[in-house]
Amino acid sequence: MKVLIFVEQRDGKIKSSAFEALTVGARLAGSPGDAAAVLVGADTASLTGQLAGYGVDKVYTISGPDFALYNAMGWAAGVEAAIKDFAPQVLVGVASPMGRDFFPRLAARMDAALLTDVIAVDWKDGALHGTKPMYAGKCRAHLVSQNCNLHMVTIRPNVMPAQKTGSGSASATTLQVASPSAQSKTVEIRKGKSEKADLTEASLIISGGRAMANAENFKILHECADVIGATVGASRAAVDSGYATHDMQVGQTGKTVNPNLYIACGISGSIQHMAGMRTSKVIVAVNTDKDAPIFTIANYGIVGDLFQVVPLLTKKLKELVGH
Amino acid sequence: MKIVVLLKQTPDTETKIKIDASGSAIEHADTKYIINPYDEFAIEEALQTKEKAGGTPEVVIMSFGDDKARELIIKGLAMGGDRGVLISNAGLESADSLTVAKVLAAAIKTEGASLVLCGRQAIDDDNMHVGTMTAELLGWPHVNVVTKLTLTGEKAHVEREVEGGKVEVYDVNLPAVIGAHKSLNTPRYASLPGIMKAKKKPFDAKTPGDFGINAADIKSKIKVVVKSYEYPPAKPAGRLFQGEELEVMADKVVQLLRQEAKVL
Ligand SMILES: Cc1cc2nc3c(=O)[nH]c(=O)nc-3n(C[C@H](O)[C@H](O)[C@H](O)COP(=O)(O)OP(=O)(O)OC[C@H]3O[C@@H](n4cnc5c(N)ncnc54)[C@H](O)[C@@H]3O)c2cc1C
Ligand SMILES: Cc1cc2nc3c(=O)[nH]c(=O)nc-3n(C[C@H](O)[C@H](O)[C@H](O)COP(=O)(O)OP(=O)(O)OC[C@H]3O[C@@H](n4cnc5c(N)ncnc54)[C@H](O)[C@@H]3O)c2cc1C
Repeated sequence: MKVLIFVEQRDGKIKSSAFEALTVGARLAGSPGDAAAVLVGADTASLTGQLAGYGVDKVYTISGPDFALYNAMGWAAGVEAAIKDFAPQVLVGVASPMGRDFFPRLAARMDAALLTDVIAVDWKDGALHGTKPMYAGKCRAHLVSQNCNLHMVTIRPNVMPAQKTGSGSASATTLQVASPSAQSKTVEIRKGKSEKADLTEASLIISGGRAMANAENFKILHECADVIGATVGASRAAVDSGYATHDMQVGQTGKTVNPNLYIACGISGSIQHMAGMRTSKVIVAVNTDKDAPIFTIANYGIVGDLFQVVPLLTKKLKELVGH
Repeated sequence: MKIVVLLKQTPDTETKIKIDASGSAIEHADTKYIINPYDEFAIEEALQTKEKAGGTPEVVIMSFGDDKARELIIKGLAMGGDRGVLISNAGLESADSLTVAKVLAAAIKTEGASLVLCGRQAIDDDNMHVGTMTAELLGWPHVNVVTKLTLTGEKAHVEREVEGGKVEVYDVNLPAVIGAHKSLNTPRYASLPGIMKAKKKPFDAKTPGDFGINAADIKSKIKVVVKSYEYPPAKPAGRLFQGEELEVMADKVVQLLRQEAKVL
């Protein structure tokens, strides 16, 4: 079965989650000859070497100055060109902000099925079978695609590990794609403040809640985060009170995160907060209230004042990682 | 100018989710429905846009759903919407996102809107599909997860939030579909007079057929079906440390993170 994998890059850097998509795509395809990747961007030809060993024989590149800044219209046109050439039955991407933005457009254009944000996916009897957490993680749905020639899927980052399957390199094919529509122009992409991994991709997160009491106090979380390379998040109460910026919000109306480790400090564990972080592999909670709901989903809990406990965790983590 | 706001009914966030005995459906008998929270930001943005334009644009609140959506559309009218449109999903309850988009696109075409506002995603299925698919079917641009919208004539200047706090800035031609994020505005509460007036506002009950859509035909083309549901695997009971010296507890947890959980 032929599988095309969309490999996401921003600013000339391939996203780590794109290698997870490649791994899934190569597995579904079964053999490297049936798997191809597609890259869209200003200069993607120089990136194709990085795909060696991931089980795809072919890489399509769509490049040029018109593709310097991400735009859904342009990216959909680029990937559409690769679909026309390769004629895959399955298109795999990542449920990142970019994938979630243009995959629905492409699905409507190709009259394709689209399974979004799955944590497991297989190909059986000519259909994609995907598992998707829903109702804020309270249950899981098994989805099946049907009635289409192209079956599309985006996978949740950090769930299915990337794995090289061999050493073969992929041959690059350049596709000429006309400059994207004038209906939508990306004017600029303003840089974020943080150089850290985004919450949605972070493998380690430490979050603060209302108990942080002010913005200044988030410093102790940043100090702890710096020791292990974690990203700092927040509850909505902390965001609404102005202690943290809204892009830091974890939860139902914030970000859904899926780290290996989530440390919740002074967060009670409302259903809406848990909606965004309950699938974390390991959860640590620090709270003065031993009956706080967050402890019901925590693997390890410490009953205590976060202003004392967090600096101690920072100290112990420093000893552990040895600096 | 006409603005259409797309509204989805979603189960209240506090709803307990119970899978039925067959494992193939969720029991919704006790479910309370709310306006998808992101759609409230879309309604608010439509109302502010109308106010800035001197009150001339008509704000139409549109939903494809069952009769429970009626009350929610009326809530939107109470906030200040001008007219409600409920397109019955009878027979199409198990529609996938693309099917929903096909119905909405046909209805929007009939309405002749110049701006469509929707929520960034519905909080039940979390797909983030419908607005963008609708835009594609109409041949319009879209921007989703929008934190700032400025309209000037036939153009919209739009900011969209992506990962790492990055912001993508777009100029798009109208008509366009804009998906609201929560920092776009602060939705107003319906006033008492607003609530009184809402019940008397025009309300169109429609079927897909009214927009030239053959329900049986699109039903036969549904591309994504839910086969079954399950509860997530239970987490093993956690360990709670209390009453010991704080430094001892901190040390134990850090050691466990390395040795037992192996995440450090
Ligand atoms: C539609 C909707 C959507 C929502 N979306 C989100 C969302 O996306 N994300 C989100 O987080 N919330 C969301 N909420 C809000 C949610 O319901 C809670 O109000 C919020 O999560 C509470 O934040 P908190 O845990 O920081 O604060 P609180 O619930 O006030 O908890 C503070 C905790 O800190 C503890 N504490 C106090 N002092 C200390 C100390 N010194 N050391 C240690 N612990 C201490 C307390 O015991 C308490 O448990 C949403 C609500 C609604 C209605
Ligand atoms: C468990 C489960 C999983 C599903 N997974 C998939 C899947 O992976 N792929 C798929 O194609 N379908 C899927 N579906 C079907 C899909 O969720 C439904 O078709 C749904 O009605 C479409 O809404 P959405 O959640 O995709 O909305 P979203 O695309 O997340 O909604 C975005 C916005 O579109 C507007 N909107 C959405 N629906 C309507 C409506 N009915 N009327 C008016 N405005 C609306 C609202 O403004 C909303 O804020 C799933 C259904 C279930 C029950």
